[in-house]
Amino acid sequence: METTRFEVNGKPVELQIDLRTPLLWALREQLGLTGTKFGCGIGQCGACTVILEGDAVRSCVTPLARAAGKKVTTIEGLSRDRSDPVQLAWLLEQVPQCGYCQSGQIMSAVVLLRANPNPSDEDINDALTGNLCRCGTYHRIRRAIHRAAELSAPKAGKP
Amino acid sequence: MKERTGASRALYTGAVVLASFAFHAQSSPAPQKSDLSAQGRQSVRAFAAMATVLTHPRCLNCHIPGDAPLHGDEGKPHKELNIKRGPDGRGTPAMRCTNCHQNENSTALHAPPGAPNWQLPPPSMRMAWQGLSTGDLCRTLKDPAKNGNMTLAQLYRHLDEHPLVLWAWNPGQGRTIPPLSHEQFMARVKEWIDTGAACAERGE
Repeated sequence: METTRFEVNGKPVELQIDLRTPLLWALREQLGLTGTKFGCGIGQCGACTVILEGDAVRSCVTPLARAAGKKVTTIEGLSRDRSDPVQLAWLLEQVPQCGYCQSGQIMSAVVLLRANPNPSDEDINDALTGNLCRCGTYHRIRRAIHRAAELSAPKAGKP
Repeated sequence: MKERTGASRALYTGAVVLASFAFHAQSSPAPQKSDLSAQGRQSVRAFAAMATVLTHPRCLNCHIPGDAPLHGDEGKPHKELNIKRGPDGRGTPAMRCTNCHQNENSTALHAPPGAPNWQLPPPSMRMAWQGLSTGDLCRTLKDPAKNGNMTLAQLYRHLDEHPLVLWAWNPGQGRTIPPLSHEQFMARVKEWIDTGAACAERGE
């Protein structure tokens, strides 16, 4: 067991845990942040996506050692009241069906929009190609990302 | 990063000394068979041995002309996830190579392999080797405009030390390794450079 410190959703955390433990299990089992889901366990489905230092990492294959001293954002850290533009767009477009993959989809969408505030359909396809949805909500996901881009865009005449 | 042994340090020093000589060979036209001295022929033979490693899937899967990396010993396109090279060779937003590929191989069955700086060459210099003859691969490898702006001395060091190169000999479960050991490979690299870094004529 080793002690590791990192930041999760803006708060410092300290864990005594094997640093080879996947970040996913540290988040879910040690910190109780169960919004991040276990899907395939081998980085193939994207359900476990969290943001690590700006990148949409697959937490099921990311050893905790990689997060040491770094900043992690999970779905719980986007906003306290679902006011993040991506979360809001997801609600407005009624994206989820079963919902299991949606936190991973949203985290990838957030990373995409930070890099590209006005993505094309192709940009969205490229960015979220690693997030699988067995319910097939891809069309609504795409619409929601365009809507989130609109919601995030600076309004004309406003500072 | 592995420790440099005394022997490999000596090899590297030799490579540096010979680099300036070998550099002149870089800009020379491809030699005709009759032009090659015994030393030149030895150099071409050394490169042919090197090429058995360079054309192994562990190397060739990422030294590609297209935008989708390959994977596996069959060189299948990494298209099940529509992986793309991206503007810097490290993928596209939210689909960066290192989102899945860690600094070391994952231990879980069928989980992604890993090494530091997992990436493709950038689109501005693709360093593509796929489909090249041995002679053209040789000329590509020593051309700074196509090899990442490396001199032969730097190329030697890259092949000797870079973690992504060394990963080819520790690729994790289900992946074969190149036909020469890394030590045997580097001995051939040194021999190739020491003998003038000659390349087979075009078409060979």
